[in-house]
Amino acid sequence: MADLVIEIRGLKTQFGSLVIHENLDLSVRRGEVVALVGGSGSGKTTLLREIIMLTEPAAGSIRLFDHEVVGASRHEALLLSRRFGMLFQRGALFTSLTIRENVATPLHEHTHLSLKSIDEIADLKIALAGLPANAADKYPAELSGGMIKRAGLARALALDPELLFLDEPSAGLDPVSANALDELIVQLKESLRLTVVLVTHDLDSLWRVTDRVAFLGERRVIGYDSIAKLSRSEHPLIKSYFSGPRGRAAQAAQEQAWNPR
Amino acid sequence: MAAAESSLTGTTMASPGYLAPGNHADIHSVRGVMHCKGMWTLEGIEDLEHRLARLHWPQQGDIVLDGAGIVAIDTTGALFLKDIIADLQHQGRDTHLVNLRKEHQELLDLVIERSQAAGQSVEPLIKLSPVATLGRQTWKKVEHAAGFLAFLGETSIALGRVLVWPSRIRWRILFVNIENAGLNAMPIVALLCFLIGMVIAYQGGNQLKYYGANIFIVELVTLTMVRELAPLITAIIVAGRTGSAYTAQIGTMQVTEEVDALRTIGIDPFDILVLPKLLGLLIVLPLLSVLADILSIFGGMVVAYLLLDVSFGEFVKRIPTVVSPFSFLFGIIKAPAFAAVIALVGCYQGFQVRGGADSVGRQTTESVVQAIFLVIVVDALFAIFLGTKGF
Repeated sequence: MADLVIEIRGLKTQFGSLVIHENLDLSVRRGEVVALVGGSGSGKTTLLREIIMLTEPAAGSIRLFDHEVVGASRHEALLLSRRFGMLFQRGALFTSLTIRENVATPLHEHTHLSLKSIDEIADLKIALAGLPANAADKYPAELSGGMIKRAGLARALALDPELLFLDEPSAGLDPVSANALDELIVQLKESLRLTVVLVTHDLDSLWRVTDRVAFLGERRVIGYDSIAKLSRSEHPLIKSYFSGPRGRAAQAAQEQAWNPR
Repeated sequence: MAAAESSLTGTTMASPGYLAPGNHADIHSVRGVMHCKGMWTLEGIEDLEHRLARLHWPQQGDIVLDGAGIVAIDTTGALFLKDIIADLQHQGRDTHLVNLRKEHQELLDLVIERSQAAGQSVEPLIKLSPVATLGRQTWKKVEHAAGFLAFLGETSIALGRVLVWPSRIRWRILFVNIENAGLNAMPIVALLCFLIGMVIAYQGGNQLKYYGANIFIVELVTLTMVRELAPLITAIIVAGRTGSAYTAQIGTMQVTEEVDALRTIGIDPFDILVLPKLLGLLIVLPLLSVLADILSIFGGMVVAYLLLDVSFGEFVKRIPTVVSPFSFLFGIIKAPAFAAVIALVGCYQGFQVRGGADSVGRQTTESVVQAIFLVIVVDALFAIFLGTKGF
């Protein structure tokens, strides 16, 4: 298993006396789409934040592109941060900047390209994220929820990352926008050869975009497999998660459409 | 994989030199064929971008670009390659790209397809004439004034409702506001006014001593502080401390749609956000002004005792004989007016917040500047109107 993009070993996370993760292991291969799922409070977003160095774990090791993240120096962290993009749950766009300026910010910060090139690259990323060209000059407050997600995605793609993190990409979107975003993620993953790690509650997305799904519960990963296999797991937590009416509906729809591999 | 290996091996962030030298994107001419080499990635193309204008192209005939040497390509590199070809064709040169790897070609096709949609609608910046700018600015001010008037109207209606149905007053919120704006402000108001009382006594005392008129320090300190400075300083502290907090709180709630949420639950935001603040400050500011009066006179007494040999007893005994109760009242009566100005401006600016964090900061600044400005204007008006009546 040489080509691991993310490798987590013995991770422990603790806030005060509250232990979120204990002895958590997880690895992600290059080119995979991996979803983190689990009940509320199972630490999905926290795990994501630890991988991208926003939160420091209490113990354990996280290796990103074969570099240790826990205790990394500022300089190492900066170099690593060029290689992944993150879409935050609510977009986290800078409200005082237009969409083009938002996307251009990492480019200004990390490259010495000419201003014209940067604008051109930003416009391309905006188009790649499926936004109309006239969105570039708008401010985040003028965009709909779906467009904000796409703008956030465009900014995450600004530096041509190898690895993309998505925190609940389809939360708060209507089914049409959510579907379109799912398709966009698959398309970008194929064409840009991205590795994608996403946190989601959207069962349809799980079926449509993921290669593997990691189920978080009891402070660790209790199941890590393709969604088709994971949804048949006998573990009580996983079973209750997937066997609700929504889970069954999503499964039925997908099995009809895809005839599981 | 080359991309993955080469990154993070560099030691500096300065981007050229961040890749191993052989890895930069480059174009070499070999027997009339332009060979593209290296990493056509965001990091790899920077150097080439700066050298592109000085690159030598074959003088005649079709240009052949050979893409076989490209190690890795990302969207930025593909965009750059597309631009080079487009530029050449624009100059009337037929350009052919050959031997590009299949996966690189796919990415290039994607970029070509998407970039046609991109960036076509850059709106030209319209430069306004000075007259038009003046007009727009003026109109903005008029709109602001109208907005403030409307806000004042709504507040009055809400206030009227509360007077008719006092049960609508949110007592808990009112008391929380009184605690925050009043009780918690006491130490800073007391300390600053004590210091200002000392400073006034010290500055004036030296002059009085020169004429041997030490005892007049009582008039100097008491009159300036009680009539003017104590209420004014208190109002300015409260404007900076509490007015800004009002704007930031309401502004943030505006951003997170909490204000809209209140409306949908059927709670008038004025009842819960504006009135308790307004009423609280109306109660608190006069009280703080009294505290300021006392502490500033005490500050004067300390200096008078240390510097001018005026004992505490003499000082206190002289106050009622030289300072009429009207002077004291004159100072205190201004406090509710200041309170109204601070609370109304603070809340109004909070409701003016649109968009996000940026706007909260701007309106908070605006709120403090306007509140302090208006407090001083109101103070001047009181001086003119009440002063001429012989108070």
